[in-house]
Amino acid sequence: MRTKSLPGGYKLPLLIVEIILVLLGLVFLVPFYFLLVNSVKEYGSILTDSANWPAAFHWSNYKEAWKATDFPKAFLNSLIVTVVSNLLLSLICAMAAYKMVRRPNRFNKLLYLAFVAAMVIPFQAIMIPLVKVLSGLSLMDSTLGLIIAYLGFGAPITVFLFHGFVKSVPVDIEEAGKVDGSSAYGIFFRLVLPLMQPIIVTVIILNTLWIWNDYLMPYLILQNPSRATIPIATYAFFGQYTKQWDLALPALTLGIAPVVIFFLFMQKYIIEGVSAGSVKG
Amino acid sequence: MKQRKGSEVLQQFVFVGPAAVFFAVIVAVPFFLGLYYSFTSWNGIARHADWAGIRNYVHIFTKDPSFLNSFWFTVRFTVLGLILTNLLGFTLAYVLTRKLLTRNVMRTVFFMPHVIGGLLLGFIWQFIFVRGFASIGQATGWSFFNLPWLGNESTSFWSIVIVFVWQNAGYLMVIYISALNNVPKGLTEAARVDGAGRWQVLRHVLIPMVMPAVTVCLFLSISWSFKLFDLNLSLTKGGPFKATESVALNIYNEAYTLSRYGMGSAKAIIFFIVVALISVIQVWATKRKEVEV
Repeated sequence: MRTKSLPGGYKLPLLIVEIILVLLGLVFLVPFYFLLVNSVKEYGSILTDSANWPAAFHWSNYKEAWKATDFPKAFLNSLIVTVVSNLLLSLICAMAAYKMVRRPNRFNKLLYLAFVAAMVIPFQAIMIPLVKVLSGLSLMDSTLGLIIAYLGFGAPITVFLFHGFVKSVPVDIEEAGKVDGSSAYGIFFRLVLPLMQPIIVTVIILNTLWIWNDYLMPYLILQNPSRATIPIATYAFFGQYTKQWDLALPALTLGIAPVVIFFLFMQKYIIEGVSAGSVKG
Repeated sequence: MKQRKGSEVLQQFVFVGPAAVFFAVIVAVPFFLGLYYSFTSWNGIARHADWAGIRNYVHIFTKDPSFLNSFWFTVRFTVLGLILTNLLGFTLAYVLTRKLLTRNVMRTVFFMPHVIGGLLLGFIWQFIFVRGFASIGQATGWSFFNLPWLGNESTSFWSIVIVFVWQNAGYLMVIYISALNNVPKGLTEAARVDGAGRWQVLRHVLIPMVMPAVTVCLFLSISWSFKLFDLNLSLTKGGPFKATESVALNIYNEAYTLSRYGMGSAKAIIFFIVVALISVIQVWATKRKEVEV
């Protein structure tokens, strides 16, 4: 029963495969259809038929959800935490991984081993004492405290990914830099860091998906609603308006919009980053 | 020479110091502190934690069916979650490496759910299961959609599995696609020339060649499903009657609903040991199956 397909030829069996695939793709998109369509309906018509195209578009749902979640504030908070954590995490981990590869002394070897071992620690295993440690350092309920928590908890995997990459960077270039009289810092920032660009992109993408969507860490550290990130603001809002779908659905749409838009614009890099990150992982 | 050595030490501090300090404060210290708390009856507020010996651990294994139940739920969920996400992810990747017209668009579609966090997805799917499925059920009359979704133990269980597979299959697909693309074309063509069918090529050439990717994907899917939390919290909250409570959620409830931090810490340590064991065994077992070219 084998059908022979010519190389490069597009034949009937392939068309059937294609049709099945597209149908499956539509099934994958159905949840988004339900979300968007119902987010602009009146409460009553959401309950009577949620599959229908809206008879009238109630954009006021969005206005109310925008105000009730204080969306611009939550968006800004998420943005600050994600961007600052990412930049610092990439910087300090790139520096650490570089030194650990080039100077494998006893301390660095031990530290690297600790990082690798710590990659399997689930967040729930440290969350209870972490709150205690952070409050001892007066870092609770502060954006800075949250960022520091991301720097610490993200360090193991980030160092691990950089470590694997630096091993493949030839030392010759650095030797040349030394001859030119550059300091160790100059060599790192001017010669090595630019070479690490591909892995930095991968690391930033993986860490952005994690930090932007993370719920438990900010939930434990932040208390003041004015510091809430998008997942925190959404959770609080949803708890208040359970089953009030005409407000909850537009709030959820707003909540996912930034990351979905970011993905659609950056998808080439994101998908490449995921494949590249997995090779080392 | 002495100055040279001094600058070397300074460099070590500047380069490795920050990462080491943040790691120590956020991960290492809390981890060992948690180990200590697990032997106490600390309630989270008292300044002094009373020593309890191994009482917490004994209690967990003898008098806390909710924890063992959550483990059993997590194990069942992990097994199903990892099988289904990998099967779907690999199938999609296998199909998408063929010369399809829509392959770039479809790759985007299947990956998209992964960029949204589990917390928001859980809320969105709550609506789909309760209202959306009801509407589809009315329109089509298919009994599958008229089941009491999120209403009983088994529909709640399957609802989490469905959302989990929907969310993560696309991510594994991307990894499998790059692995399949890296299989040398000559190898599959040689097999074809020798008379192997599509199925035989898949079974005897492609799958052995992508074993490193299988290692990675199994590792990822086990890690995601075993640590299930956000989606669990927002979709079912562990209900009905704790029937779908994951281990991570059980630990969270122990600490923050019941305020038993000592007990919660003991559960967290057990959780850590199990996660670590699974990771080590799994990486070791799949590494053995990898093929060197």
